[in-house]
Amino acid sequence: MNIWIEGLVSFFLLAGSLFAFVGALGLYRLPDFFMRLHGPTKSTTLGVGGMVIASLIYFGARGEGISFHELLITLFLFITAPVSAHMLAKAAMQQKLRINENTSGKPWDQ
Amino acid sequence: MKPRHFLPHPLLSLCLMVVWVLLANDMSLGNWVMGAILGWLIPLLTQVFWITPPRIYKPFKLCWFFLRIIGDIILANLEVAKLILGPQSKLRPAFVEIPMLLEDDLALTMLASIISLTPGTVSADLSDDRKMLLVHTLDVKDEAHLITEIKTRYEAPLLEVFTCSTT
Repeated sequence: MNIWIEGLVSFFLLAGSLFAFVGALGLYRLPDFFMRLHGPTKSTTLGVGGMVIASLIYFGARGEGISFHELLITLFLFITAPVSAHMLAKAAMQQKLRINENTSGKPWDQ
Repeated sequence: MKPRHFLPHPLLSLCLMVVWVLLANDMSLGNWVMGAILGWLIPLLTQVFWITPPRIYKPFKLCWFFLRIIGDIILANLEVAKLILGPQSKLRPAFVEIPMLLEDDLALTMLASIISLTPGTVSADLSDDRKMLLVHTLDVKDEAHLITEIKTRYEAPLLEVFTCSTT
């Protein structure tokens, strides 16, 4: 395989892993439940996206025809991630979880 | 059988067919036929569960809107990564209430999902009368600015696509 293609694949893999790592770090570092929700809904989408692009390039360059079914992962992720985040947020409001003291505004009573 | 019962959701059928072919990862004719059969049967067997889909008045605008959303998602990732790695005590999280003009179920779902996927915001709840959306933000400097941005950037195009208003 061409060295440039290998470089490109590695770049997207590394970038994807980096974003997945930052998302996981956010889950660990952020102070309250609602803020932690932001990590997995956002950073991981780009993390998975980077790895999907790497996979597309890698299998496309191996000459077995272009494969597009990786793109479906992104599609399913975009459909499911916001819904699960929404349900988690609703459940958290019902449980009246502790909220960071810097937060302005209030959650609704469920 | 009336034609609308024979093919209840043409757009959904088309999506199912394309998804099937992508899943099989094989563009041969047999797979397209199989996809077409599934795309016809699944909506037919599940049509009692589906809500009436809203009419799309401006399909090209919708496509362009999706491209912009993808751009915004990438920016959102960078933004949130920066906030996570930065100092935690400087973050100013907030619950913000945003009044909604959209009324259709599907359009509201799309807007709520888009808000969850874009910069620093997660949609948390919709009020019972469907007029208010509660949004949690990771770091907000100016709430009024955030509300106008969401309304002009995401809600206005959706309104235009689904209800044919010119706002």
